[in-house]
Amino acid sequence: MKAYSNEVEPEIFRVLTPDGEIIETIDGKIDKSLMLKMYEGMLLLRTFDRKSINLQRQGRIGTYAPFEGQEASQVGSALALSAGDWMFPTYRDHGAAIIHGQELYRVFLYWMAHFDGSICPEGKRILPPSVPIATQMVHAVGTAWASKIRGEKNVSIAYFGDGATSEGDFHEALNFAGVYKTPTIFFCQNNGYAISVPFEKQSASKTISQRAAAYDIHGVRVDGNDIFAVWLTVKQAVERALKGEGPTLIEAITFRYGAHTTADNPNIYRDQDEVSTFWRENRDPITRLRKYLIKEGHWNEEQEELALKQFNELIDAHLQKAEGYPKSDPLEMFNHVYAEESWHLKEQKQELNQILRKGGKK
Amino acid sequence: MGKNLTMLQAITEAMDQMLGHDDRVMIMGEDIGVNGGVFRSTEGLYEKYGKDRVVDTPLAESGIIGSAIGLALNGMLPIVEIQFLAFIYPGFEQLVSHAARMRYRTRGQFGVPLLIRTPYGAGIRGPELHSESVETFFAHTPGLKVVAPSNPYDAKGLLISALEDPDPVIFLEPTKLYRAFKEEVPDEMYRIPIGQAKVVQEGSDLTIYAWGAMLREALNAAKKIEAEKGWKCEVVDLRTLYPLDRDTIVQSIKKTGRALIVHEAHKTAGLGAEIISIINDEALIYLKAPIKRVTGFDVPVPPFTIEDHYLPTVDRVKQGIVETLSF
Repeated sequence: MKAYSNEVEPEIFRVLTPDGEIIETIDGKIDKSLMLKMYEGMLLLRTFDRKSINLQRQGRIGTYAPFEGQEASQVGSALALSAGDWMFPTYRDHGAAIIHGQELYRVFLYWMAHFDGSICPEGKRILPPSVPIATQMVHAVGTAWASKIRGEKNVSIAYFGDGATSEGDFHEALNFAGVYKTPTIFFCQNNGYAISVPFEKQSASKTISQRAAAYDIHGVRVDGNDIFAVWLTVKQAVERALKGEGPTLIEAITFRYGAHTTADNPNIYRDQDEVSTFWRENRDPITRLRKYLIKEGHWNEEQEELALKQFNELIDAHLQKAEGYPKSDPLEMFNHVYAEESWHLKEQKQELNQILRKGGKK
Repeated sequence: MGKNLTMLQAITEAMDQMLGHDDRVMIMGEDIGVNGGVFRSTEGLYEKYGKDRVVDTPLAESGIIGSAIGLALNGMLPIVEIQFLAFIYPGFEQLVSHAARMRYRTRGQFGVPLLIRTPYGAGIRGPELHSESVETFFAHTPGLKVVAPSNPYDAKGLLISALEDPDPVIFLEPTKLYRAFKEEVPDEMYRIPIGQAKVVQEGSDLTIYAWGAMLREALNAAKKIEAEKGWKCEVVDLRTLYPLDRDTIVQSIKKTGRALIVHEAHKTAGLGAEIISIINDEALIYLKAPIKRVTGFDVPVPPFTIEDHYLPTVDRVKQGIVETLSF
């Protein structure tokens, strides 16, 4: 059970200990306002995540992929980006997407299986969550490559889990990014399991970050529950990328407390209570930052209560907006297959339209 | 003004002109740079436009197609060359799960104007997996367009249209026809619309539907049968395989009442079945005989020592015509 040992693994970059102590200098890099942004971001996401699980249980959204426990990785990485940077999330990274500018009600719409749930705000470059594993990593190489060709100061970040590192596209993406020195950030949240398969069965390499060496790109292993370390690491990767120094592979060691999705029962493949209790009690990303902030006098109980109240209201407002959002018209399934609708789609659309009219509906 | 060009030269010219015309265009693939492509379709372009626009990529089809999706998302117009159609399989997921669906998933917010060129088909005495004709895989995928030219003139005009198309296009180049013949190809950048078939020979007794390399077999068979029996076959070159040009398909069958479909792809679930369905839906009462298919067999394309027996031949096509007309 090495992965859950209390010892700090030597090769991991860590700034904020689980006790809320700073062990690396962050002077001038992370100021109070950024710290509060980080904390509030994590608090918002945890509230959102828990709410979403409840909504799934109530049948108000469909199958949902929770990320509780991984907030530092998602918030820290997303806050290190600029507004115009390209983001390629997976189905577990809507937290990062929200921090990067995706609207909460759209995320609800996505999990409600509404067509409009994958649209991002105008001017943002947040792609729909990738459902196949690792495939989006090569897209992030492509968008970054195009940014480089045109001399645009943007990076592309691809999110993925430890299971994705077994896929061919992981290797093809790293290889292409290395060859073309694209401003791509590969951000792995290693939460120890690809659904039920633990990392030891996933790979013989001890770490994911070490694989960067094979492609001669920069690799970093970071405590994924330490938001300061995550932010600093991604920030550095952005700077490297924009200086033309190429891609970075970041392995953020973290853990999701809950199931793979709401359709999954993790008790079958891991000792749920023991493992998640260990992480929750010893390494929780929110608790450790709270400890630090309270110690520094930047945060207190009243602020916490007020923030939670505000976040709950905000989330409820977005939920209301999502639930009140016009339902997908069945005919919408024919839209946007191509830029221009061809004859067969026009006719099939008409066919469905006639069926719907006969049914007394639209 | 024009020049006599092979299909290969017409394709190179189209790419050359597109590269010169639009900075966003880039070509990428294995061996397409210094080497000019295994069939020389990109010959001279590397020297003319440089390594950043004619890019020799690592040998990785998913990486090539996947990164091209990203390039297309971010404003470039990538032309991807996949060395042979059957080598596309490692990149198949990128095509069907991402390229084809990006516009749909983002409700039109992000499109993938990606062009994938690949030699396909048998008859070049290639090693195994160099001769496949699996257009059905792509024609079964909403969001993709599939084009297959049969001559130099169409190849140039269709290629330019395919590159300018806002959606991903799979451009199937019949390897056997690359250098098979020359024809006059205009110098200017002309376009042939995607989605339009062409009646290449008028006739009244039977329609042959074909595309790619099989078009020549169809035309040769039609010529012979006319000489031998006096029957006049109409020959339709589909040119775009998805979406199909239903109107041209149907107009012709209404005129002739009999049809033969010739394709080198396997018979089962080949596009011939789709064409028969279209005719059933639209023109059943015009039919004077069952529609026949002359196709590749439902076996893996065999070694080249016997591949001629796999491919539809002029004799098989002729036999098909005779059976249909004497029904």
